[in-house]
Formats: sequence, C-alpha cells, structure tokens
Amino acid sequence: MTVILRTAALAAASFAALVVAPTPALAQQKLDAAKSEMQFISKQMGVPVEGRFRKFDAQIAFDPKKPEAGKVAFTIDMGSATLGVPETDAELPKAPWFNVPRFPQATFQSSAIKAVGAGKFEVAGKLSIKGNSRDVVVPVALTQTGGSTTATGAFAIKRLEFKIGEGDWADTSMVANDVQVKFKLNLSGVPAL
Amino acid sequence: MTTPAKTSSRYGATAIALHWLLAVGIVGAFGVGVYMTGLPFSPTRLKLYNWHKWAGVTLLALSAARLLWRLANRPPALPTSIEKAMPGWQRTAFHGTHHLMYVLFFAVPLTGWAYSSAMGFPIVWFGVLPLPDFMPVDKALAESIKPLHELSAFGLAGLVVLHVAAALKHQLIDRDRLLGRMGLGPAPR
Repeated sequence: MTVILRTAALAAASFAALVVAPTPALAQQKLDAAKSEMQFISKQMGVPVEGRFRKFDAQIAFDPKKPEAGKVAFTIDMGSATLGVPETDAELPKAPWFNVPRFPQATFQSSAIKAVGAGKFEVAGKLSIKGNSRDVVVPVALTQTGGSTTATGAFAIKRLEFKIGEGDWADTSMVANDVQVKFKLNLSGVPAL
Repeated sequence: MTTPAKTSSRYGATAIALHWLLAVGIVGAFGVGVYMTGLPFSPTRLKLYNWHKWAGVTLLALSAARLLWRLANRPPALPTSIEKAMPGWQRTAFHGTHHLMYVLFFAVPLTGWAYSSAMGFPIVWFGVLPLPDFMPVDKALAESIKPLHELSAFGLAGLVVLHVAAALKHQLIDRDRLLGRMGLGPAPR
C-alpha cells in the first residue's frame, strides 16, 4: 500500500517536473527594448518615410531546436510611434491613423513557428492593429553572440487592411498601401541554436 | 553689307522660350511655396510640398541649361539708343539685378533641396526618380537651412518685381519697345 502510494507520489512528482521544468527556463527569455528597433517605412508620393516605435515588448518561449513548440507574443504601444517630425507625430495618434485613445496597443500572437534554414524561421500568427486582425507570416533570422540573441526580419502589410489612414488619407496615390515593417530585437535567455 | 539678323536686339528663340518658361515656373513655385506652408496637415499639403519640390528641381535643371545656353550664345546688347538714355546707376542696377537673379536661380532650389534632405525627406522627382541627398539627416542643420531658403526665395521674388517694374517702365514710360527683346512686340532698334 505504502509502496503503491510512494510510486504514485513519485510518478506525480516526476510528471509535474516534466511539465513544469521547461517553463522556468523559457520564461526567462526577455526582450531588451533599449537594444531593439521596430521600424515602419511608408511611401508618401514615392518618398520613403521612416518611422519607429519607441515602446514595445515581447513574451517569448522559444527553443530553436524545437521551433514548433515555441510561442511569441508581441505588443507595441501605438502612442510611441514617431516619424521624427513633431507636426506629423502629433497626427499619428488621431483617429484617421492609429486612433491611440481607442486602440492603444497593436499585438502579434504566433500560431505556428517552423524552421526554414540555419537560424531562419517563419513565424505565422495574427497581427492586430486598430481593432483589425490579419494572418501574417514573419520571416525571422537569429544570430547569437554570448548569451544574447538578435532576431531580425522584415515583412510588408497593407495599411488599409488595418484602416490606417482613413478618409482623405485612404488615397494610395498619396500614401502607398504597402508599409514595410522592419525589426531588430535583442533577446536574452534564448537557448543555443 | 549688314544682315538684319545680326543687328537684331531680340534674344534668340531658345533664350526667349527659356525666359518665359522659367518666369511662369518661378512665379508658380513661389506662390505654391508661400501658400503650402500655412496649410494644416492634410493630403493637399503633402501633395503641394511634393509638387513644389518637383518644380524646384525642374527649375534648377532648366536654369543650368539656360546658363549654359547663355554662355554659348551671348545675348544681344541693349540698343545704343536705350543704353545711352540710361543714367549710370540704372546700367549698374540692370547688370546687378540680372547677375543676382542668376545666383538665386541656383541658390533657391539648392537650399530647398538641402532643407528637404536634412529633414529626412529625400526628393523623388515626379514620384519616380530618387535624387541623392547631399546633406545628412540632421534636424538642427535643417532648421539652419530653412531661413536661407526663405530669404533667398523672397529675395528672388523682390528682384522679379523690380525686373518687371523696370521692363514696364521702359515699355510704357520710355516707350522704347524694350519688351520686344523678349519676344513681346517688335524689337527695339
């Protein structure tokens, strides 16, 4: 009886260890925002205009050796967007553009991650901006030095699918529909490639 | 034997065409420039800024072509009757105004281009041809270039007013048919 109980307790403990053990290691993965960049490049009458977000964060649980089990959640403070020109920055939080009072954050939640080459991955997931969601596939390249991992990538979105630039600004001959999103993220705690 | 073509005080056809093309272009670009800066953030403002930049670069290119043409094809001298009727200060003003206008034909678009580059907005000519930035992106530098563009543009506008006023004075008060030199009416002798 006691043997059975002990065995059961041991089994439960080892099961718990199996389930719990990977979590603390992955939970330590962190984004160093100060060493990271999140840019968006739009085209105004053919002129590329660079903007960036100053505030964003990520929750990452990712092992490059088991990419399919990985999860990435990303949040961007839309009020932190800047084009480097005060007059324009004053317009971005308004309703036609990001409508920051109603939609303060944009989010990305991964649904599937797969390896596509050495240090290269495709992260599929749902991107939500301004209350509109779209499925996107984000190519990500990882490089590692010491304990830190750099994730870089770029992808294009159609601004009108997210209602960014409404009313008069919906005219794509003024501001192109395609917007490039570029990122360079500095991560700590990601297991070795 | 004298040939009438040689003695004509009328500018050549190319010089006349460039004069009037640039006249319309400069007045237009100046007007748009003054108007657009007062507009609120809007598609119209963005459109006019780009048109203004495209016009400015076009005027710069046309001015370069015009200067080269002028150096290769010397303009006809003022008819001696007109020249003799002018006091010395008027002759000095006549040459000074033209030289200064030529300097500003280049200074105005170049400072505008430099301002746009320093602000971080490269010029894409007619939305198609990206032009090089000859200034680094630097907001402080941009702020120091901005008044140079404004001053040179208003300086050129002032000279244009003086130029037109002087031409009209010759035509209407002196009745020396000066405008004929630029293709308006018969050429003066």
